[in-house]
Amino acid sequence: MKKILSLLLLLVLTTTLLAGCKNDADKKETDTAKTTGTARTLDEIKKDKKLVIGVFSDKKPFGYVDENGKYQGYDVYFGDRIAKDLGVDVEYVSVEAASRVEYLVTAKVDIILANFTVTPDRAEKVDFALPYMKVALGVVSPDSALIISADQLKGKTLIVNKGTTAETYFTENYPDVKLLKFDQYSEAYSALLDGRGDAFSTDNTEVLAWALENKGYTVGIDSLGNLDTIAPAVQKGNTELLNWLNEEIKTLGKENFFHKDYDETLAPVYGDAANPDNLVVEGGEVK
Amino acid sequence: MQDLGIRVLFEGKNLIRLLEGLWVTIEISLLSVLISMILGIVLGMIMTVKNPLVKAVTRLYLEFVRIMPQLVLLFLVYFGMTRAFHVNLSGEVSAVIVFSIWGTAEMGDLVRSALISIPAHQYESGRALGLTEGQIYRYIVIPQTIRRLVPLAINLATRMIKTTSLIALIGVIEVVKVGQQIIEASRLSVPSAALWIYGVIFFLYFIICYPVAKLAARLEKAWNTV
Repeated sequence: MKKILSLLLLLVLTTTLLAGCKNDADKKETDTAKTTGTARTLDEIKKDKKLVIGVFSDKKPFGYVDENGKYQGYDVYFGDRIAKDLGVDVEYVSVEAASRVEYLVTAKVDIILANFTVTPDRAEKVDFALPYMKVALGVVSPDSALIISADQLKGKTLIVNKGTTAETYFTENYPDVKLLKFDQYSEAYSALLDGRGDAFSTDNTEVLAWALENKGYTVGIDSLGNLDTIAPAVQKGNTELLNWLNEEIKTLGKENFFHKDYDETLAPVYGDAANPDNLVVEGGEVK
Repeated sequence: MQDLGIRVLFEGKNLIRLLEGLWVTIEISLLSVLISMILGIVLGMIMTVKNPLVKAVTRLYLEFVRIMPQLVLLFLVYFGMTRAFHVNLSGEVSAVIVFSIWGTAEMGDLVRSALISIPAHQYESGRALGLTEGQIYRYIVIPQTIRRLVPLAINLATRMIKTTSLIALIGVIEVVKVGQQIIEASRLSVPSAALWIYGVIFFLYFIICYPVAKLAARLEKAWNTV
């Protein structure tokens, strides 16, 4: 008898659970029924009073979640301002590097603001607005033998990561530099600490942050090679939102908004080691 | 010793956020496990049917799910459904669907193997004793099958719980992702946070998986005395 009773109880529990799940699913679908593959227009966003932005949630200082569970960072500071100027609330969705394009293609977010570097490949799948940041290569080396120009590297060993822009740049432009290649950042940094190479080169934002953590090392060259720009992206063909964003970036340029953003979010991390003008782009104009 | 990384846990709402992440993990994994167990038993019984068409279809389903990495399945359901059918599923719903599809396939195969592992003489002895087919199943086959099935099913359940950490890739913030957020946010101020946070996550997984294993042990014990 007891067994049958407990079996019955289990059955009831299961069905209620399943039913609960189904209801939940239904609700969620109606919530987002409007976003089914095609991006929302500017009017639709305003009408829904909610802007959905995809950001990183674990890439300090660009997009991260602080100890109170709030999104923070350079990208988020910009996202907050976009929402404010549109007069809507903002909802941040945590994205990963590999899924950023897909989020836009399927219209799961309106805008991606996740340290998204503009590349020709990506530009085929999404529409990039004007840039709001730029990255170049940086070279970090020990204070005792600081390297402040790329010519100094001739005949020396430079540590790079495989597949990065640093690897291609030095192979093409400085064939005299001996390259020591690694797969992972951690391996490359320990090689530099062990003295297996004279310097290490990768994105300037990355080496700047690292040099601050590691006393005795300084970024001697903080802007080298081709400038890559970082820009907001929207779904391909969402011209209305794209144009609005471009206008917004131009307007914000007039009040030096991104320098303020830099001071609030990046300056505490990079300190005096970086020159804001080497990272920030105002009004969409790369100088 | 004031600079222990563990203090990161008590800054702001970090601990609550981790527990909220844990709740997401529990909700999604237990729901999927439950659905998988029920559907898996049905599937397993279907798989023992000798019809070649049924065999081929179930085999195809099982092999497809087994070969596909769970991450690919997640992307297929979460992004692919929107692309192909304009159905916009939330990350949570997609996760439950994918884990149920996977769990059902694996569970089905476990049930199938448990069922066919009962030797033919068990059925024959039952018939010789004059039991009806229903009685043979009720008193002979099912008790033995379940006893063989429980350890395997528990193994699958804990595997499913741990694999849910993949859902961070479709935007669902579960316990491991919260941990990474905390680690990254305090990378400069508390470099040793990673060790502590992952330690806590290990402990959290342990407290979900341990009761499941314990329950299995109790069930096995109880049924052994039947």
